[in-house]
Amino acid sequence: MKNTENRGGNEAIASLPPSTESAIELKNITKRFGHVVANSDVNLKVRTGTIHGIVGENGAGKSTLMNILFGLYKPDSGMIFLNGQAVDVNSPEKSIALGIGMVHQHFMLVPTFTVLENAMLGNEGSMLLRSGEEVVLDRLKGLSNNYGLDVDFEAIISDTPVGMQQRVEILKALNRGAKILILDEPTGVLTPQETIGLFDILRSLREQGVTIILITHKLKEIMSITDTVSVMRGGKVVADFSTEKTSPEELAENMVGRKVLLSIKKPTLKVGKSVLEVKNVSHESKDGVLVLKNISFDLKEGEILGIAGVAGNGQSELLDILSGIETLQRGQITVNDKTILPFQDWNSKKAREFGVAHVPEDRHKRGLVLPFHNYENSILGYHRNEDYSSGFLMDKRKILNFVDELVENFDVRPRSSSISSGKLSGGNQQKLVLAREIESNPNILLVGQPTRGVDIGAIERIYEDLMKLKSKGTAILLVSVELDEIMSLSDRIVVMNQGTIVGETNSSNATELDLGKMMSGLEQV
Amino acid sequence: MLESFQIIISLLDSTIRIATPLIFCAMAGIFSERSGIIDIGLEGKMLLSAFVAATATFLTGSPIFGLFAAILASCSASLIHGFACITNKGDQVISGLAINILASGLTITLGIALFSRGGQTPPLASEQRFMPIDFPFLDQLSFVPILEELFVEVISGHNILVYLSVLAVFFTYYVIFKTRFGLRLRAVGEKPEAVDTAGISVIKMRYQSILIAGMLCGLAGAYLSIAHGAGFGREMSAGKGYIALAAMIFGKWNPIPTLFACLLFGFLEALGVRLEGVELIWIGEVPVQVMQALPYILTVVLLAGFIGKARAPGAIGVPYSKEG
Repeated sequence: MKNTENRGGNEAIASLPPSTESAIELKNITKRFGHVVANSDVNLKVRTGTIHGIVGENGAGKSTLMNILFGLYKPDSGMIFLNGQAVDVNSPEKSIALGIGMVHQHFMLVPTFTVLENAMLGNEGSMLLRSGEEVVLDRLKGLSNNYGLDVDFEAIISDTPVGMQQRVEILKALNRGAKILILDEPTGVLTPQETIGLFDILRSLREQGVTIILITHKLKEIMSITDTVSVMRGGKVVADFSTEKTSPEELAENMVGRKVLLSIKKPTLKVGKSVLEVKNVSHESKDGVLVLKNISFDLKEGEILGIAGVAGNGQSELLDILSGIETLQRGQITVNDKTILPFQDWNSKKAREFGVAHVPEDRHKRGLVLPFHNYENSILGYHRNEDYSSGFLMDKRKILNFVDELVENFDVRPRSSSISSGKLSGGNQQKLVLAREIESNPNILLVGQPTRGVDIGAIERIYEDLMKLKSKGTAILLVSVELDEIMSLSDRIVVMNQGTIVGETNSSNATELDLGKMMSGLEQV
Repeated sequence: MLESFQIIISLLDSTIRIATPLIFCAMAGIFSERSGIIDIGLEGKMLLSAFVAATATFLTGSPIFGLFAAILASCSASLIHGFACITNKGDQVISGLAINILASGLTITLGIALFSRGGQTPPLASEQRFMPIDFPFLDQLSFVPILEELFVEVISGHNILVYLSVLAVFFTYYVIFKTRFGLRLRAVGEKPEAVDTAGISVIKMRYQSILIAGMLCGLAGAYLSIAHGAGFGREMSAGKGYIALAAMIFGKWNPIPTLFACLLFGFLEALGVRLEGVELIWIGEVPVQVMQALPYILTVVLLAGFIGKARAPGAIGVPYSKEG
């Protein structure tokens, strides 16, 4: 195994022009939250006018480091240099004045304000809005044309698509005179087309001398847009590379600290008979919005059907109906020869009885009771099972035996039955939920966002478990906003947009671009 | 015909008198709540400043001095509220309630200690109050009889604070919707993170907002004891702070609709007083409690059904903290 503290990329960095050109230099930054060391002795150098990527798993300290640079957190020790000058960035106000702008992962926009009002917040041009708006609007229109930041200044933020909201965030930073732009996981909410658009914008910003720091966990994006990249693990920068001299495999290895399999071996399996049939299902939300329109598909034994789509296009509602959380309003569902008609009694208990297991999209809200111990969460929903209860009372000894085996088999860390599940990392929480559902021996598994907020190491494990289940002949319905995930796991892919299925394809001949077009509703196939 | 016209004129006149403190308080509420701070302490601040206004005026003989003392007292209460729920991130409703209870107890205790008159302050002479102002040019209107009545009885002849309350509405509207400060104030009530990351201090914005609210409440209190009334009586705010809060919600946190809500509630109260002991055709005598309850009933009924959902500022009631 290679030395994981690989700093071999340093030579590449060293061969670049001298450090006087570095826009940002962080020296020995350390930040603790209580006993947790979020950043330990971090050094980082970013050259002016380049795009620098920072990759790392959740909790590796990327966001903390950027929040320090933006002045939201105070470091316990260490120095920050901008253009060679030591600076004290103790508030966002200060960092903005120094020319740093940040686009946060969760947008910092006022939903009830217009695009213009949001973009001007903090630099309004005048005490009075009317005269200020003219000045700022002129400036913003200039910036907007210059960098291809296409927005509708009159629109109310809550009515605009996320792609535009992101452009507003970038405009907002530029309006404050940002020369250094930090983007925290900017592509998580974007379609592939929107991502391409964003990258075009970033490139044109770079051309005009803006320095960009891009935080992401998507290695493909790092490879396609950055000039240099730093890998963080456990609060430290463990490697720096020049992007063209590294590979996704090498980055992943440094992120996790061991070799990681990025490609998945799909077992070739003959699919069996159809076990889940969905016919003309439509659904109206509580607000009277038609969120599902005439959805029909089927799912066969040993098959993984991926449902791709930008979040909020009806996938969640579909999962809720199939798993019995929401009532079926129109259409028909057949589960293992049992036919469910609208407003019939179909609920999550019934679903389990008929062999339908469900890994919910939001494990915090629906998958686990966070303050519960692992042993309690491991039987949640299956607590009526006679294996764990003797009549009225729960049989704690049996449950403990079961959970000990479960955490061992599914590699839930730490291997503890009595730790409260809220204390586990996201990946281990997800492994616990998946373990519970797989152990119920379902013949249909509904999985929503299996790797949202999950580390690469755990993702690898979750994919393996899903593949194992597939080999046993279980039918799996996979809902995910991660297109890579859908493409690499599924046998067949359907794409949802605005509550309808806009396309279906075999994963072997699907391309990301085609799927992206369908996801954005541009093209029907 | 002439008699019913007289009744209407006098009803409108008392509507305005009753609505004035409601308007001040409701505008105070708008400033506070638009910045994300629930202000249930309007009642207490008004009561406290009414007491301080009367006391200071009695001691110094100057209503101007009384007015400033009232504003000072009310702003201090605002600062207590701010310290509890902005600086220390406490619960805003509890803190507001505490201010109401404090004001109720403190005014009576201090009143008895200072003046030994069962919690009242000594009556003020008319030169110690803000007295009605008659507009001089009204004589020229006398050729239009109805307009003249309207002007003389309803528009003219109020004390300066009444006119100030109307100005306060336009001031509130202008500041909140037309200035940079107002944009930031609304932003801080909807999404404080956005304001913080824009390099503006959330804490400072919120303190500024509640101080403006304090000033407006101080005006409401002064109106009660040294303009409309001639001295302080125990519990003289009598729930007006809560009615103002209802008017603010009724007006959806917008100054102009809130003004009309205040006038409506003022009118209902004036009507209630007017109808006391009067036999109505078909209905009979309406109990005074029914009339007193009307503003509240109306708020609930109208909010529930007629005017659609009142959307409160997004971040209202949530203390802001950076790390988590």
